[in-house]
Amino acid sequence: MPKWFHPPLAIAAIVVGASMALVALAPPSPLVAFLIGAVLMLVVATIPWHRPSPPEPPLAEPTPVSDTRPEDGKAFARALLQKLPTPLLIIARNGRITFANSAAATALPRMRLETHYASVIRAPAFVEAVNAAFADGGEHGARFVTHHDQERYFEARVALMPLGGGFGAEAQAIAQIEDRTEARRAEQLRSDFIANASHELRTPLAAVIGYIETLQNHAREDPEARERFLRIMAREAGRMQRLVDDLMSLSRIEMSEHQRPIEEWSLNQIAADSAAALQPVAAREGASLCLELEPNGAPVVGDRDQLAQVFANLIDNALKYGGAGSVARVFAAPENRAHPSRYGVSIADNGPGIPREHLHRLTERFYRVNVSNSRNKGGTGLGLAIVKHILNRHGGKLEIASTPGAGSVFTVWLPRAATAPLAIRHPEGVVPGDAGAGADLRSA
Amino acid sequence: MGLGATMAHIVSAFDEDLIQVQAKISEMGGLCEELLSKALESVQSRDAGLAREIVARDKLLDAMEIDLEEQVVRIIALRQPVAADLRVLIAAMKIAATLERIGDLAKNIAKRAIPLSSARQMKMTTSIVRMGRETLTQLSNVLNAHASRDVDMAVQIWNQDYEIDEMYNAIFREVVTYMVEDSRLIGVGAQLMFIAKNLERIGDHTTHIAEMVFYIVRGESLGDNRPKGEPTGVDYIRG
Repeated sequence: MPKWFHPPLAIAAIVVGASMALVALAPPSPLVAFLIGAVLMLVVATIPWHRPSPPEPPLAEPTPVSDTRPEDGKAFARALLQKLPTPLLIIARNGRITFANSAAATALPRMRLETHYASVIRAPAFVEAVNAAFADGGEHGARFVTHHDQERYFEARVALMPLGGGFGAEAQAIAQIEDRTEARRAEQLRSDFIANASHELRTPLAAVIGYIETLQNHAREDPEARERFLRIMAREAGRMQRLVDDLMSLSRIEMSEHQRPIEEWSLNQIAADSAAALQPVAAREGASLCLELEPNGAPVVGDRDQLAQVFANLIDNALKYGGAGSVARVFAAPENRAHPSRYGVSIADNGPGIPREHLHRLTERFYRVNVSNSRNKGGTGLGLAIVKHILNRHGGKLEIASTPGAGSVFTVWLPRAATAPLAIRHPEGVVPGDAGAGADLRSA
Repeated sequence: MGLGATMAHIVSAFDEDLIQVQAKISEMGGLCEELLSKALESVQSRDAGLAREIVARDKLLDAMEIDLEEQVVRIIALRQPVAADLRVLIAAMKIAATLERIGDLAKNIAKRAIPLSSARQMKMTTSIVRMGRETLTQLSNVLNAHASRDVDMAVQIWNQDYEIDEMYNAIFREVVTYMVEDSRLIGVGAQLMFIAKNLERIGDHTTHIAEMVFYIVRGESLGDNRPKGEPTGVDYIRG
């Protein structure tokens, strides 16, 4: 920029020239001309302008020309991005992540600064969008799914950053990554819920309607049959109610499935409490329930109510399917190399056991090894599906082992508290390395 | 500029090479995940168009493997790495070859989905897709373990493959039972059996990647006593 150049004067000159041309081409009324002139002068007067400082003798270090130093601009831009609620990554041309705001750190727990972006998001659609942005300088969108433990749906937009901004002179791309899992899940849940619920509710409903019709017709005057039918109708209605309750709790769990719990609890204690609450069920079924657990210990990060539901469902199953005279045991699982750094609690029964080909399907919704047996025992076919979804949310696993004729062992594995991958790990942004993660949350 | 600065430059350029190789592996892995995920979708929704897309897209994976191999050979020739760096590069080549095979298997699943799309719906499809989802999760986890050098996770995946084996065995029994009951299902059943077998193979390849992660970090092999499911279905063979 030449030294004599003074922007407000230049703009004023352009303004005067333009208004004169305007007046010459189409002479408006003097009042209009005056108003246009006044408004334009006001606009020019409000433009901030820093007169360039006179040239100084060259120093060892170049001094900044304006009041705002580039470092301040850089810090400001970073602080601004840091505060934005949208996950943002800045990617250098060589693929390294040079900046990530705290929202990105929360959304992408495996993200580390200075690593290649493909090691964090390797979905081809995203890789292609980044490459395309660097190739043509345009803005590119991508939708992708990640499959780690649970499916998550993302939408991303990638664009080049303005050159020479607060992030260096080299071309860099900025990627905005939005987690759309919740919306997708809500959509999917709605259709699943309708399909499952209507299918499972039809059977008891048909039974109830059948008995109502019988009572309205030939059983109207038969008090004995009436009593019997009403009992059956009450049982079927109870089943429908349990089914609706289970479906509701399943959909609640699924909605929160990708939010990691943050409270620390003793796994053993939760299991012991659940077992104590189920002693009356054991008495009713004529089975015995032995608790072989040290109270306290086995610290895990979890949602207490949900974990209690896991144990309640598993112990309830052990008692029901073990049958009269069987023994259900709750004990701490020995360490297992397939589950390093996890605590396990097993629930074992000496019931009839489950044939091998059914084991891997037990946690499917409405999957039953023996349909009539399950229905007679009041099962909804959702108990283990609920267990699986709760453990998914906790980053845990359900291990099932069974020998037909000898009994089954269901083991709940949960990550130990100190190593649990917490969703909220670095509230202040990205800190490379995860030593001591979770410690601050526990004390809070 | 002194000698120190030059040395630092060479070292960081080498680091850059290693990072690019790893990124390539991640990109290949991402493409594998996409191929497998879409192949399962094409089986589930009987979408022949999607299946054909996958078959075409697998070529990209082959090109990436060749690319990566050339890159690794060039780095080894130029920089003559030793110890951990050499392990990273050797493992990268092996993982790339494994991923390429996983891509082939996914493509094969898609190919079999094309005739299945016009056959009548079978109940077993649900079990197979479920097994496929489990395989996909394991693959995704092992790729994460590779990207973050997580040995614990790698060992866990290596030990958990028997679950996929068990699923395969259960599906095998189920499919054979259907085919014994109704001979019209033999054509479809055979295709489904191959799809399940392909998934089981993908599971095995996944454990191989887990072994490579262990090798990169620890410098030794993970051993050969991996828990495996027993083969079943032999009781259908009558002399």
